[in-house]
Amino acid sequence: MAAKPKLAVYKFASCDGCQLSLLDAEDELLAVADVVEIAYFLEARTAVQEGPYDVGLVEGSITTKHDVERIKEVRKQCRFLVTIGACATAGGIQALRNWRDVNDFISHVYAHPEYINTLKTSTPVAEHVFVDFELRGCPINKKQLVELVAALVHGRKPRVPTYSVCVECKRRDTVCVAVARGIACLGPVTQAGCGAICPSYYRECFGCYGPKENANSMSLGQHYLAAGKPSMQLVRLLRNFNGHAADFATASTALETANK
Amino acid sequence: MSAKHAPVGSFLTIGTEQLQALMDVLKAAGYRTIGPRLMDSAIVFGDLDKIEQLPVGYLDRQDGGSYRLEHDDAAGYFDHVVGPQSLKRFLYPPGETLLESVRTNGQWQMKAPTIEPKPIAVIGLRACDLHALAIQDKVLLGGPYVDPNYEARRENLFIVAVNCRRAAPTCFCHSMNAGPAVDDGFDLALTEVNRNFVVEIGTPKGAEIMFDIDWLPPARNEIDEAQAVVTNLKAEMESRERRSHGNREAPRQRYLNTSSIHDLLLENLEHHRWTEVARRCLACGNCTMVCPTCFCAAVEEVSDLSGEHVRRERAWDSCFTAEHSYMNTGTVRKSTASRYRQWLTHKLATWQDQFGTSGCVGCGRCITWCPVGIDLTEEVAAIRGSEDSAGAKEARAVLAS
Repeated sequence: MAAKPKLAVYKFASCDGCQLSLLDAEDELLAVADVVEIAYFLEARTAVQEGPYDVGLVEGSITTKHDVERIKEVRKQCRFLVTIGACATAGGIQALRNWRDVNDFISHVYAHPEYINTLKTSTPVAEHVFVDFELRGCPINKKQLVELVAALVHGRKPRVPTYSVCVECKRRDTVCVAVARGIACLGPVTQAGCGAICPSYYRECFGCYGPKENANSMSLGQHYLAAGKPSMQLVRLLRNFNGHAADFATASTALETANK
Repeated sequence: MSAKHAPVGSFLTIGTEQLQALMDVLKAAGYRTIGPRLMDSAIVFGDLDKIEQLPVGYLDRQDGGSYRLEHDDAAGYFDHVVGPQSLKRFLYPPGETLLESVRTNGQWQMKAPTIEPKPIAVIGLRACDLHALAIQDKVLLGGPYVDPNYEARRENLFIVAVNCRRAAPTCFCHSMNAGPAVDDGFDLALTEVNRNFVVEIGTPKGAEIMFDIDWLPPARNEIDEAQAVVTNLKAEMESRERRSHGNREAPRQRYLNTSSIHDLLLENLEHHRWTEVARRCLACGNCTMVCPTCFCAAVEEVSDLSGEHVRRERAWDSCFTAEHSYMNTGTVRKSTASRYRQWLTHKLATWQDQFGTSGCVGCGRCITWCPVGIDLTEEVAAIRGSEDSAGAKEARAVLAS
């Protein structure tokens, strides 16, 4: 192999959890450093190498005018741009503002609202620039991150499934919490990747990985509604971490409207 | 305790003590014994050592998208029906490594892991399960390409089947000629009668296992009672279609009219019902995961960061995923309607062309474990009920040409 591909890690509006997943991949970290040059990763190393970079991992959503400009610069710097986590791919939990007036929040939260300069919405990176690949999750799964790095290094498609969490539940032999316990679970409309953790603890899937391909949250929502679940419970469930993602957003908006 | 030989085809009686002895004898013979256990609010197959672990007194209330256990003092050891799992999990596991490759000094070395599975004795398989097993055998062992791992696990399987005494509303084995009576493919078959079990000897292997067990010849009325259990249940299930006319029972007691079902489905590939069901369908894949005959799997090469170690992994897959029909030009079946249609027409129609049998045994798992309760018997009935008239078909053919 020629020179190692240069990796950059960027942060926008986010909690840092996703980029920490890279440092959290303790067993694989040395192997990762063997195959890529960690060129820009402020949370991990103070040394900064100049761009351009082969791969840019972007964490966080776009919430300020400054973000809108900066993400364009980031895009120019990176040959492959990969968004990591629910904020970067769907706007994150801060996209709850998209259904409300952000100024109301600001006046409640900050002592000096006048210092805050923010957009009305929190939006995913892909609404601003072209994104080559999206790694889902809140936070992302470190195994998927390592797989992504391996795939980029070896020039192949990452093995990141787009099917439902149900497939993971069934493979690991977890009894369905929706069918056997009557719990409103987002598993059937949520993309796999976590290994179906929550249902194995008798809890619903909270949709951390966002809508699966061909998701049908309207149908699932209507089914839970008919089974007696309060519509606002379903709205809140759909607006956890990926509420702004199209399929979840359409369903939660419809459920909220029906409630009024 | 006296050693007694019971020939194949004969009946004998055991009590709960001897049922325990049967498990002990199977274990002593080197089997891993598995059977129905109450785990995580459902009855699933698990390791079984003691009869106390059996879900005695539990019934499963099943309907579209719903499964609940309830206690009933009158219920016996096996009065539940089928749960979310099937034998598929044990013979054709959800994930396994087929090949391991290592590159040293530029040379690839490949090795298929050999499996030496501990023989399994399964207690409590139902007629539908046995029919599903026969179908999986056809798929994975029939024809020129035999699945060696399935074969290794299947070879030494010991089957203690159970005749159902009740059917769930989701059961329709009677429509698929797959039950409720256990008729073939078992080593031993139990029918619970008054807290005893009438045992039918199915194979010499079954006879051998019973040799050291202190069984009794059944009283005349016990055999009659055992046979009445299955004939009564069959009659009850067969009366469903008749009873349902003009009578909306809740929950719906399922049955499936299978006459000319192959042509019915294939002649209605553009029926509006496919789009209608797709509005409800989540394309989540649960129906295929719980189906005891669905065999689709994804085979992927998995490499590590260095690229020096590659494993070929097989995992359960589903025709409801986009990746399943991905080819070099992209995903073939993009719409959920096309995926549902693929599943149903394969299961009930083209499976016949491919394997000489239907792919459905009427166990009803796909109905119960569908998160939104989509019911294939209802979908087929809707297509049958509103089948395009010959005139409409002709008109469509004219329009298409």
